[in-house]
Amino acid sequence: MDLSLLQRTYSDLLSSLFTEGILNQQFTELQQLQDENNPGFVYEVVSLFFDDAGRLINELGSNLNQQVVDYKKIDAHVHQLKGSSASIGAQRIRNVCQGFRDYCEANDPQGCFSCMQQLNQEFLTFKSKLETLFKVEQQIVASGGSVPMIQ
Amino acid sequence: MAAVATQPQFHVLAVDDSVLDRKLIERLLKTSSYQVTTVDSGSKALEFLGLQDENSEDAVSFSSHNQEVEVNLIITDYCMPGMTGYDLLKKVKESSSLRDIPVVIMSSENIPSRINRCMEEGADEFFLKPVQLSDVSRLKPHILKKSTKCEDLNQNKSGTTISSSTNNISGNR
Repeated sequence: MDLSLLQRTYSDLLSSLFTEGILNQQFTELQQLQDENNPGFVYEVVSLFFDDAGRLINELGSNLNQQVVDYKKIDAHVHQLKGSSASIGAQRIRNVCQGFRDYCEANDPQGCFSCMQQLNQEFLTFKSKLETLFKVEQQIVASGGSVPMIQ
Repeated sequence: MAAVATQPQFHVLAVDDSVLDRKLIERLLKTSSYQVTTVDSGSKALEFLGLQDENSEDAVSFSSHNQEVEVNLIITDYCMPGMTGYDLLKKVKESSSLRDIPVVIMSSENIPSRINRCMEEGADEFFLKPVQLSDVSRLKPHILKKSTKCEDLNQNKSGTTISSSTNNISGNR
């Protein structure tokens, strides 16, 4: 595929992720920590997040489906997820977690379920878009090109 | 004639139960030219520092090995299961061998009472997560201040009054 087309695709993808609020400035901070000596840093950290978040979301799902809901346990998981999503700049996920914690505090099952749904959706979106972004990045690198930096 | 010495690398011990945050803080510190050791709990941190944690069930004594390892700064997450960052801070400040090591607390929550509590217990800085490069650039003065303090103490052995300067408290965001 044409290198400049790949680079444009990458830039557009990345820009839209910021415009849609899926990513925030913290992601840029991660990109700045990546260099020739640590070329896979962002990919590694985001992959860690995929695993971590995936696990936490599964836990949350099963905790919410218990006969007696343990809001403290759920809150602890959400707090963890909020922290890791903030660390990589996954803004929308982080924001859902904020609301989720409020519902936990209020012991509100409906609020919690609603947040759970939002979380599932946001995580799927996030994972899919970031995976696409990394794929395009890999293609650029494989073509010997440089990955465009976002302004 | 002073010889040009290689800049010594300062060694930071980073404590965080989140694997993602450990990776992040490690990269932040290494990018800023620190040597880094990361551990996932307060009790492991104490083991590394050569202190036994009497509450830890699987405490292994590393003291003979780790007396060689110098730690110039400890940076720890506040919220951790078991021993919190605050508990770790207290244990460090209570230890005669470790109390001079600057301690920085990290937290995702901006709770003034928490911040004050930590500063009162002797923390040198409080960082709000996510920690950024600009935060890490604030670590050096604390490490250097400790070295200067040692020099001052040596010069003032004659008994003149030493006026202690207050630590720079900046944890507001």
